[in-house]
Amino acid sequence: MESMHSWPGEITVGEPDLTVELCGVRLRNPLVLAAGILGTGAELLARVAESGAGMVTTKSCGPAPREGHPNPTVLDWGHGLINAVGLANPGVDQEVKTIARAKDLLSPLEVPLVASIFAGTVEGFAEVAQKVDEAQPDFIELNISCPNLAAEMGRPFACDTGDAARVTASVRQVTTRPIIVKLSPNVTDIASVARSVEHAGADAIAAINTLGPGMIIDVHAGRPILANKVGGVSGPAIRPIAVRCVYDIYQAVEIPIIGTGGVSDGRDALEMIMAGATAVGVGSAVRYRGAEVFGAILEEMRALMTSVGYGSLVELRGIAQV
Amino acid sequence: MLPRPMTIARIDQPTRKVKALTLHGRLPAQPGQFVMVWMPGLNEKPFSLVDDDPVTLAVASVGPFSARLHELEVGDRLWLRGPFGHGFDIVGEYALLVGGGYGVAPLAFLASRTIGARRKVAVIGAATGDELFFEHRLAGAGCEVVLVTEDCSAGEGGVCTDVAERLLQDETFDVVYGCGPEGMLETLEQLCSELGIPGQLSKEAYMRCAMGICGSCERDGLLICRDGPVFPVGPGT
Repeated sequence: MESMHSWPGEITVGEPDLTVELCGVRLRNPLVLAAGILGTGAELLARVAESGAGMVTTKSCGPAPREGHPNPTVLDWGHGLINAVGLANPGVDQEVKTIARAKDLLSPLEVPLVASIFAGTVEGFAEVAQKVDEAQPDFIELNISCPNLAAEMGRPFACDTGDAARVTASVRQVTTRPIIVKLSPNVTDIASVARSVEHAGADAIAAINTLGPGMIIDVHAGRPILANKVGGVSGPAIRPIAVRCVYDIYQAVEIPIIGTGGVSDGRDALEMIMAGATAVGVGSAVRYRGAEVFGAILEEMRALMTSVGYGSLVELRGIAQV
Repeated sequence: MLPRPMTIARIDQPTRKVKALTLHGRLPAQPGQFVMVWMPGLNEKPFSLVDDDPVTLAVASVGPFSARLHELEVGDRLWLRGPFGHGFDIVGEYALLVGGGYGVAPLAFLASRTIGARRKVAVIGAATGDELFFEHRLAGAGCEVVLVTEDCSAGEGGVCTDVAERLLQDETFDVVYGCGPEGMLETLEQLCSELGIPGQLSKEAYMRCAMGICGSCERDGLLICRDGPVFPVGPGT
């Protein structure tokens, strides 16, 4: 008899509207494949798009090829993942071919592509951005959680408002494409970093990158398991932190936010949107639910929205701001 | 699923280059699935299972990591993550198993599980006779074993796909299981398509996460670690 109950939302005619607009680009739904997950090949990106993603992001590429760290590089520790892949990538000159091919495969699906980049210097970011720009991605995302080679102890760009702004401004000078800046949660005040990259010309914020770094020690071996000893923590365990970061950023800036961090199901995605996100990144959930997770989350969002009576995502954005 | 320490119970050395490590304990798995073997301070690499109870691995000494595994002794520990991936689906009554080189390892596990089959023929090939291994395991699991060597030092001369082709043309098989070098798998795939016989081939790739997220093992949009390592070929694929 449970299913016979009539909820207010059930009188809504038609499907809830899941489309969103991000920096003038229409997304058929808010789910974005997060950087570093399944973004290594054009066919794989297309597969994620076919499984339902509204937008996909390539794995971060830098100025030169990098092998990355030796294994173990990724672990499932029970409440999330921890990884230290070490920015393995084929280098921007090779990556532009992947981006161009991915664009060809994604265009008929009407799924925009985000090219994620990193570099060790401010100038390096501009150089990589300029090359990537020619492959015509829909967005360029700046992964500023990597070490700034010029800073003391290689402090990540994302951990200093000035460094984050300088990277953003240097890329702003070489591209007219919308720039997403991905922020690190490993700061005292993420809202001030968001404000500073907005002033420097960012078109959108992605938040958050992995938390930490963290460490897992094997008690039989008596040593850290990751070859790099420490790694970025992601997955369900960090979701409350990601939600709080998005909430704080929403209050601080006018530009849209891609809320990322531990989103695994439709409820989690709606939570991000209520915190203030325009789009929602999905990464670690691919480990738990496969590449098909995007279609599954969309179904859950539709069902939940229908049952509560929500008609569109636009009306939900930021409603938890109290 | 963090790496789990397991102790070596027994070491066999079927050839100069191959050791079979039998560990204390079990790790329920499907034939064709693999584990990530971690040696602290060294590396972590994928190995297909030869058995899951007790856990058994075949280690060919081909690089620094496997060389280190060859130095281990009974009582030493190694760490396993897994099992991972999609293994062999056990189908058909007349099965042809084709193993090239070290590819025989997961087939030995498969043979031990295909007890319902009416006929199992295992063709195993290597460059020379002293590189062939697990022929007794396969025979013990009820396989008719055909040996093939490139230098004619044991069994028939040639490569295992030559013999597989002849058997598939002359006799009745309803499934082909294969594991081995890439070229051999390509030939088998072609044979399965041409002769209209469903095949299941186990592929190899460099791996990092083993969980289908990092994309390191991607080929043409498929993830060897999660969609595979065993992939269907032939009719309907």
